[in-house]
Amino acid sequence: MADGIIVRQLHAWFGALHVLRGIDLTVDPGAVTAIIGPSGCGKSTFIRCLNRMHEVVPGARAQGQVLLNGEDLYAPGVDPVQIRRRVGMVFQKPNPFPMMSVFDNVAAGLRLDGVRNHALLDEAVERALHQAALWDEVKDQLGKSGASLSGGQQQRLCIARALAVRPEVLLMDEPCSALDPIATAKIEELIVELKKDLTIVIVTHNMQQAGRVSEATAFFLLGELVECDRTTRIFTNPRDRRTEDYITGRFG
Amino acid sequence: MFRLLIRASALALLVIVLGLVVVMIMAALSSIRAFGWWFLFTSIWDPVAEHFGALPLIYGTIVSSVLALLIAVPLGIGAAVFLSEVAPPWIRPPISFLIELLAAVPSVVYGLWGIFVLAPWLRTQVQPALGATLGFLPLFQGPPYGVGMLAAGLILAIMVVPFIIAVSREVLLAVPDAQREAALALGATRWEVTRLAVLRYARSGLIGAILLGLGRALGETMAVTMVIGNRAEISASLFAPSYTMASMIANEFAEATSDLYLSALVEVGLLLFVVTVIVNALARLLVWSVGGAVKEVRE
Amino acid sequence: MKGGLRRVVNRMMACLTAFAALLVVLPLILILAFLVYQGASAVNLDFFTQLPKPVGEPGGGMANAIVGSLTLVGLASCLGLPLGILGGVYLAESRDRRLPWIIRFLADVLNGVPSIVIGIFAYTIVVLPMRRFSALAGGFALAVIMLPIVLRTTEELVRLVPASLREAALALGIPEWKVMLRVVLPTARAGIITGVMVSVARIAGETAPLLFTAFGNRFWHHGLLQPIAALPLQIFAYAIAPYDDWHRQAWAGALVLIVMIFSASLVARIVTRGRFSGLR
Repeated sequence: MADGIIVRQLHAWFGALHVLRGIDLTVDPGAVTAIIGPSGCGKSTFIRCLNRMHEVVPGARAQGQVLLNGEDLYAPGVDPVQIRRRVGMVFQKPNPFPMMSVFDNVAAGLRLDGVRNHALLDEAVERALHQAALWDEVKDQLGKSGASLSGGQQQRLCIARALAVRPEVLLMDEPCSALDPIATAKIEELIVELKKDLTIVIVTHNMQQAGRVSEATAFFLLGELVECDRTTRIFTNPRDRRTEDYITGRFG
Repeated sequence: MFRLLIRASALALLVIVLGLVVVMIMAALSSIRAFGWWFLFTSIWDPVAEHFGALPLIYGTIVSSVLALLIAVPLGIGAAVFLSEVAPPWIRPPISFLIELLAAVPSVVYGLWGIFVLAPWLRTQVQPALGATLGFLPLFQGPPYGVGMLAAGLILAIMVVPFIIAVSREVLLAVPDAQREAALALGATRWEVTRLAVLRYARSGLIGAILLGLGRALGETMAVTMVIGNRAEISASLFAPSYTMASMIANEFAEATSDLYLSALVEVGLLLFVVTVIVNALARLLVWSVGGAVKEVRE
Repeated sequence: MKGGLRRVVNRMMACLTAFAALLVVLPLILILAFLVYQGASAVNLDFFTQLPKPVGEPGGGMANAIVGSLTLVGLASCLGLPLGILGGVYLAESRDRRLPWIIRFLADVLNGVPSIVIGIFAYTIVVLPMRRFSALAGGFALAVIMLPIVLRTTEELVRLVPASLREAALALGIPEWKVMLRVVLPTARAGIITGVMVSVARIAGETAPLLFTAFGNRFWHHGLLQPIAALPLQIFAYAIAPYDDWHRQAWAGALVLIVMIFSASLVARIVTRGRFSGLR
């Protein structure tokens, strides 16, 4: 059962630079929420706060509440390593491990968890590759290097890798911006399928993409959440002037 | 005109390297003719009878270098991992600086320290202790001279470690951050990120770093000469004195009485040259290959 | 592995690697400390001004060795620097197809050749024809060691100078060699000086190639065609000799040598500190 995320008063800094200011946002379970906004508005920083990747950069910190199914990920004593099992992430440029086979790439997260049983691993890898719509293309090449696939396939491999550990949420940071239109379309189809089992948050600079795949959209500007609403509403009748300006292309 | 000048300067390097090879082969020729392949396999080194076999030198060179690597590689790669993955940013500059200083200390100074500090320490503390506890192994048998294979291996380790660290660190830093993020996002601890994403990716580069260290150890002369005991004999014990190719040349070259003797020494030098060039070339290939894997992922 | 165990392993590996780093730095601290302790007490004015005394007599100094080392470095630079800098310019500027690659490869090869082998080379080329050991032979050997370092550093540095700078000068009609001399090299100057200092630091400490080229001398040398003393050679000779006073002087020599080398390295760093930020 997919979980929703409730973000309360999230602030983030890079050193002294205050990059996210008091974000309050609700991410609905079992749906896709798109984050849009111009460069530098904090959208990548925001999703990296959702799996506590933001604080990995030296000098970076975050503060506030991020409730995943009621549990605050930023509560004291919470281990970020455990969170990242529950909240997976796919990056802008596909980054499969080149020194590992396709199989080992997908199994990587499971092996970290201590799963050794071959049967379990086989089954989980197959399931994840099916979910990522990659199984048919690689089922005879599971031993090949992760880097030997095409760009679009590599990205789906990364998605399979993230899915193999059965996260509750999948974060996607501009997953298609390094891909051609055909590969992009395949991934968008994939997202629409995946939201049946997962909560997805996707950062995108492509507003048409947001319109195609998401139920809700949040518009960020200069570190603030300007507006968050149903996608159809945001793109046809935004409440805030700034949202309207961005959507109609007056800036960004 | 200008173009000609700079091209000529660059060609000077070509001339020098080719010259080196040619000159050495020519100088070693009489020894090569006299002893043939047996030079590599016999143990007699007798300047009086003019019979030379380099086997003990080869043995001493290899064993001392391998011993050095056994110590320097885990320490060196461990320290490189520390500097590149674990250490907080403020620790890196001072430690890197100290390691650069280590690399700048001349061989003869290491040798000096080796003679007057390391060897006595080995002779009075370490070797008796090892002999008492592990003396049943042939490795640790024989009288504790202090100087010998063990001292040479230790000093070589100290001298080689900064190079291994420097190259390893560069190799590790060349691993793209995207790889680390991929592992991190899967819920890996810092060590697991290093193991999965960094070390694995950089594997061939790290092997290159080790080979570079080997190349350095093979050619190291002064410090080894000062602590190895200078006896051309093969022995199973680490306590025994030994001899390396470089040390032999250093000690005997200026005193070589006959032409054949000199030629034999040059042949030893030629051998050393060939081995170090091969090891270094392999090393460089491997170190550069880390950059190659990056290209693959981008495609 | 359970989460708790993974955390423990993580912490343990962090400690192990930190320990490795510590162990690596330890010998340096030990050696330097000992060196300063032993050498500082032995260094005195005599050391810098007097020649070695005859065997068995205490006292004396290494004045000739210090001057000898400086002489050798100077000689080496006369050959190594011009060839290295000009060659480096070639590697950075040339539009030839195969030669630069070959030169670069050979420079790396030469870099890895043990210095004693280079000593053999210098012996065969200089000492044998002249039938004597000499400062020239030693200088030649050191020049060969210095060459690849200066070559590669200069190449790197010249490459870093932005093409726009060069193009602007060329567009003004200035001939290529002048552009190189007046525009490119001065811009890359700081880095080239670093390369030079680094190579000087390296050859100042070299002993092996001098063993049968410069050979060493207990007195002042008379002209460059005679054997010449050098600090590392003297340290070596004293260290392996049976006289305590010589051992003491060896430590003093080692301290002076290290100070010289570290100073050269320091100069290299300082020169690059501010000037360099624009290029890197």
